[in-house]
Amino acid sequence: MIRVMLPAHLRTLARVDGDVELELDGTVTTGAILDALETRYPMLRGTMRDQVTGKRRDFVRFYACEQDLSHDPPDTPLPAAVAAGSEPFIVLGAIAGG
Amino acid sequence: MSRVRVLVGTRKGAFILTSDGKRTQWEVSGPHFAGWEIYHVKGSPADPNRLYASQSSGWFGQQIQRSNDGGATWAPVGNKFVYDGVPGTHQWYDGTPHAWEFKRVWHLEPSLADPDTVLAGIEDAALFRSQDGGANWQELSGLRGHGSGSRWSPGAGGMCLHTILLDPSNAQRIYIAISAAGAFRSDDGGMTWLPINQGLRSPHIPDPTAEVGHCVHRLAMHASRPGVLFMQKHWDVMRSDNAGDSWQEISGNLPTDFGFVIDVHAHEPETVYVVPIKSDGEHFPPEGKLRVYRSRSGGHEWEPLTKGLPQSNCYVNVLRDAMAVDALDQCGIYFGTTGGQVYASADSGDSWAAIVRDLPPVLSVETQTLGNG
Repeated sequence: MIRVMLPAHLRTLARVDGDVELELDGTVTTGAILDALETRYPMLRGTMRDQVTGKRRDFVRFYACEQDLSHDPPDTPLPAAVAAGSEPFIVLGAIAGG
Repeated sequence: MSRVRVLVGTRKGAFILTSDGKRTQWEVSGPHFAGWEIYHVKGSPADPNRLYASQSSGWFGQQIQRSNDGGATWAPVGNKFVYDGVPGTHQWYDGTPHAWEFKRVWHLEPSLADPDTVLAGIEDAALFRSQDGGANWQELSGLRGHGSGSRWSPGAGGMCLHTILLDPSNAQRIYIAISAAGAFRSDDGGMTWLPINQGLRSPHIPDPTAEVGHCVHRLAMHASRPGVLFMQKHWDVMRSDNAGDSWQEISGNLPTDFGFVIDVHAHEPETVYVVPIKSDGEHFPPEGKLRVYRSRSGGHEWEPLTKGLPQSNCYVNVLRDAMAVDALDQCGIYFGTTGGQVYASADSGDSWAAIVRDLPPVLSVETQTLGNG
């Protein structure tokens, strides 16, 4: 079971409380997590990455295990602790603006 | 008794204000979509319980929200705005070509007849349509493709399609306006477009009378006389009596002809309202006095309306989509400020009161006049 922490605005949009738990088949990657999130919560399409190009939105970051994974290719395997569910995959809205 | 619903979009959420026809006591609901920019909220003329809202964020992009119960509950619908074909380029601030990029929806205009059909004006400027209640969006690409798109350029607020007017007497006729391209008209339901900027004069562009490139801030029209248009341009208040084929200046005795909003009285097609703003460098009212100006003669002669409005130390702005009128017998006029007040007049502008204050900066104001409830 993979745990995903969403920023508050996206939790509100998706109408979820707390972490999202996902079951994934195959290699656990950022792309696979985003695919699963967007399938379960279609309203999240376009909020983290472009719907056509797949490019990460500028002010969204992906963290896990104290690493910034935002610049990794989306098919890069995530740390084993994320795949095992012992560490969350964190979607973060960058600190910016008022 | 009839009721009025005022739909307010702000920098940090949407608010819905309701009152009976007296318009003295207002109930405020919100913030809806707290923390998000709400550029526009508008109701369907065909079904007043159907509302559409443009919700956006620099972090998380664009959402379109739909309500089927007058704003009590909302659900996100489609948010995929993809330009038709190869988007091409428009002119960037430095004059170089710049690829068209979707940024946000500025304005939503529901069909006069079908609650599921709605137009969206977006930045970078283009017109989209949904015919399934906002689930799916297709560009009406004849607008960008008519030939002048490569010469359009953004104003300071971005290259936005901010005004959409539907002709109630001719379902094929649509007017739109873009900053900074100008006004355009379609006579075939949005398939093809004609620039309608003859008579505009903009000294800040290389050719002041160019076919396109004008920073039109807002258009307004009275439903009973859809061939007569009023325009608040970057500078100059203008009027057309031939569906935009030509324009004449009607700024007359205004203290400044810069501003953003313009609107027409619900029952008097020659009664027009503007809020003069000092200049493009000083986006606040002249002398710190917030004054609506009214012309009862279709322009040229304007009277200041001040009763109930702050007449000292007022330095707010009134943005282009932030004025609306209701359709009650005694026409109500509404406008919102960047200081978070929404002012209303229940007597055609003779007197004003803030019906809510201290909201986030107001981006848009729309009204719905409802039956008994």
